[in-house]
Amino acid sequence: MFHRMKNGLMAAATAAFMMGSATVAQAATELTMYYPVAVGGPLTKIVDGLVDDFMKENPDIKVNAIYAGNYNDARIKALAALKSGEPAQLSVMFSIDIYELIEQDAIVAFDDIVETAEEKAWLDSFYPTLMQNGRTAGKTWGIPFQRSTIVMYYNKDKFRAAGLDPENAPATWDELVEAGKKLTAADGSEWGMMIPSTGYPYWMFGALTMQNDQVLMNGAGDTTFFDAPATVEALQFWKDLGTKHKVMPEGTIEWGTLRKNFLEGKTAIMWHSTGNLTAVKKNATFDFGVAMLPENKRRGTPTGGGNFYIFKQTSPEERKAAMKLIRFMTNPERAAEWSMKTGYMGVSPAAYDTKQLQDYVKTFPYAAVARDQLEFATAELSTFQTGRVRKALDDAIQAVLTGSKTPEKALTEAQETADRLLKAYR
Amino acid sequence: MTALDRLSRPLEITAAWALALLWASPLLYAFWAAFHGPEYAVNFDLAAPLTLENFREALAQAPFLRYGFNTFLLVTLLLAGQFILCTLAAYAFARFRFYGSDVAFALVLVQLMVTPEILIVENYRTLAGLSLVDSISGIALPYMASAFGIFLLRQAFKSTPQELVDAARLEGCGVFGVLRRVYIPLAKPTYLAYGLVSVSHHWNNFLWPLVITNSVETRPLTVGLGIFGAPESGADWSIISAATLLSVAPLLIAFLLFQRQFVQSFMHAGIK
Amino acid sequence: MRQDTLRHVYGWLLLTPAAILLVAFTHYPTVATFINSLFSKGNPIRPSRFVGFENYALMMEDPIFWKVLGNNAIFALGTIPTSIALAIVMALFVNSRLPGLGLVRMAYFTPTVLPMIAVANIWLFFYTPGIGLIDQILGLFGLPGHNWLGDPDTVMPAIIVMTIWKEAGFFMIFYLAALQNIPAELREAALLEGASRWTYFRRVLFPLLMPTTLFVLINAVLNSFKLVDHLFVLTKGGPDNASNLLLYYIFETAFSFFDTTYGATLTVVLLLLLAVFALVQFFLLDKRIHYR
Repeated sequence: MFHRMKNGLMAAATAAFMMGSATVAQAATELTMYYPVAVGGPLTKIVDGLVDDFMKENPDIKVNAIYAGNYNDARIKALAALKSGEPAQLSVMFSIDIYELIEQDAIVAFDDIVETAEEKAWLDSFYPTLMQNGRTAGKTWGIPFQRSTIVMYYNKDKFRAAGLDPENAPATWDELVEAGKKLTAADGSEWGMMIPSTGYPYWMFGALTMQNDQVLMNGAGDTTFFDAPATVEALQFWKDLGTKHKVMPEGTIEWGTLRKNFLEGKTAIMWHSTGNLTAVKKNATFDFGVAMLPENKRRGTPTGGGNFYIFKQTSPEERKAAMKLIRFMTNPERAAEWSMKTGYMGVSPAAYDTKQLQDYVKTFPYAAVARDQLEFATAELSTFQTGRVRKALDDAIQAVLTGSKTPEKALTEAQETADRLLKAYR
Repeated sequence: MTALDRLSRPLEITAAWALALLWASPLLYAFWAAFHGPEYAVNFDLAAPLTLENFREALAQAPFLRYGFNTFLLVTLLLAGQFILCTLAAYAFARFRFYGSDVAFALVLVQLMVTPEILIVENYRTLAGLSLVDSISGIALPYMASAFGIFLLRQAFKSTPQELVDAARLEGCGVFGVLRRVYIPLAKPTYLAYGLVSVSHHWNNFLWPLVITNSVETRPLTVGLGIFGAPESGADWSIISAATLLSVAPLLIAFLLFQRQFVQSFMHAGIK
Repeated sequence: MRQDTLRHVYGWLLLTPAAILLVAFTHYPTVATFINSLFSKGNPIRPSRFVGFENYALMMEDPIFWKVLGNNAIFALGTIPTSIALAIVMALFVNSRLPGLGLVRMAYFTPTVLPMIAVANIWLFFYTPGIGLIDQILGLFGLPGHNWLGDPDTVMPAIIVMTIWKEAGFFMIFYLAALQNIPAELREAALLEGASRWTYFRRVLFPLLMPTTLFVLINAVLNSFKLVDHLFVLTKGGPDNASNLLLYYIFETAFSFFDTTYGATLTVVLLLLLAVFALVQFFLLDKRIHYR
């Protein structure tokens, strides 16, 4: 209550100040944007470059980009700033933070900002699968920007050595197991494949369940399907890769060091974020390939990454300016440039229709794998109480992979936890 | 000495050295990885060429110099604050038997057990209320009134000979004059000891700074390194090693130069 | 009389700056944590309300809470006795006249001045399956590698070994200080009477070091509750909470799940545990340890 009053007062004071100064100089709208970059370096410079270009085109808008660590840091930072009355108008945050942000009453739906028919059409210009994590309760809350999917990286040299066709990556679970067996060294020094199970186990699992034609949650974010038979089956398959088929090490596989394992030739196949593409391309000393994830009942992968959100405590002018910035950052040319420089996806079909990206795909076809896979993609696990629900699933996956629980037991328990957490939201 | 003992002496020396080698190996490995190309990070080849590329790369990928500067600011600010606050409080406890001093002292000692990192949730809230989230003073503030510092200095002040105090009084020194002319100079070893312990503790502190900082401008080395080492998509091994060495270098070099003082300070502070 | 009043005024005035900060960041939050633990998680739509001990009831049913509590015990039991034993051995080595004493002492003590986060970064490369240093060494002997951090049976031991490496040198310092206060004649006398060095250690030295051991012990226990930095780099508490510790769980609850009231409930448990150990120190040990 007090916070609201204080913020209200501050907004009023700011507005009064702005009105006063408007008569003196040209009114400049100032935007503060939080942006999740864990380390400085390349990504920061690219975003800074985009922001500078925007300000050149729009001299009446000033943008301060604040780099706030990883997705978790960015969310904490932005929410804390809002609570303490510091200005923040928009942010790129984890696409799955949507329910938390709605619950905190922190963001405003884009439907409430767009005015013209052209703007409304713009909302539909993105890949629909990328919009899934940004839409709920009939409204659009997040605009896709820094988005990725999971793809399969494979070592073509090893495929050749094992007598496999390097141009045809395994396309089904059975083929995957078969290839894995040929690629795994008997003494355990080299593995057929690795799927990381620390950091973001639920994300990888989202791919396996989708391939088994099962989603993990409903669109309202209040129900999970952790104990569905197809979910259990998918987890059983993941576990079997290690214990039954012996094509993957048993136990959990570290997310952070997996790329090193792949580059060192310790595994012939890895499932990882498209965000690794540039780094793998730069560092691989062997011939590598990138392919869509295989299918069981169908192909599938969750999307991942960050969306643009606009905060609720903003003036109409600020919202308009923020919209301008978001539209600038996501227009086809920018999205194409962004995708080529970072490895993230172009967020709209129009981005892939630009000449620059088409030329790039011609020289480096793997840049288009993520796009081609979008057709089969689904939303990333995201619910109310998302942190806890996610942890329940993460723990269940790790418990199964390390052999301390059966898939049925672990997933039933995870579902019970999720039900308890989500009951209040139904 | 028994015959067995005579035999055991060389054995003991060997054991001491073996243990030392074992203890030094993780750091030696970090040096190896940092100064060689990534292709040698997990492959040992004595003929491998040395390189500074990893350091250049680490510095290009994350603003470690800025982090280092933040850490430097942090420990300086903290140490100055601790010295002033702890000196005053210790002086009060050592020389003025005021109402409630025993209870107050017991309450001070509570902080020896309940250190600020345990209260991250509430302290974050307090600092948010003060608008000090994401500031260097925000990192420092909860640690400034250090129970440990008060305790150490109180001990030192208590052992100051009364004659010297009386002599200073006769020369016309007031309350603060005595503190400045007699107590503080005599407690120099304690200040040095406490200072070294405090600096190395806060140089290395992680959890609280992680919670309270969010930007490059305030983040200390440990937090910068923590974020760098656990990236979303996996950073390069050799570069992480280089970054790790960059982060520990100032303290490590200081330690190697002033090894004796460090060890003695830790002893001094530890015995209480 | 006037002089007497002044004494109280000066005392309190001198103490005030430190007292304000201590109250603000130690005593007030301790009380506030308890009060907060009695409220439900709130948000702008559904404000927080008083729920009594409901959070505690939830905690009792929370399997992760019990798991992390057990892990804290394992962590303490795994690290402390071994660290102390090694610290005594190191102190004895360093206290005797060794060739290259300076280097040996430096090797033992250096881990102490490194931040835990850096230590974890380095040790991650040891434990990584396949390409990690340990697996490579095992490979030289034809032994199979192991997924040290990915196996719930080995993740705690792996972390414990690392922590011992970090802590032993620190404890060594206290023993070194104690050893240097033990007169050399004692040893000569004992050896003259024909006691072996082992007997001398067991019968004379070790009992004399007892106060130091108790001091180190209690501080090590308190410290073991606060040591969680490595989890951020190594395991994030996984797999399936096998390496999760109470303080890390508090951090997760409060800053990843935004559940500050449940975070407060867990903090109260941590505070109680610390209080118990503090009281043990106060009543049991204070009489036996001589502060200077």
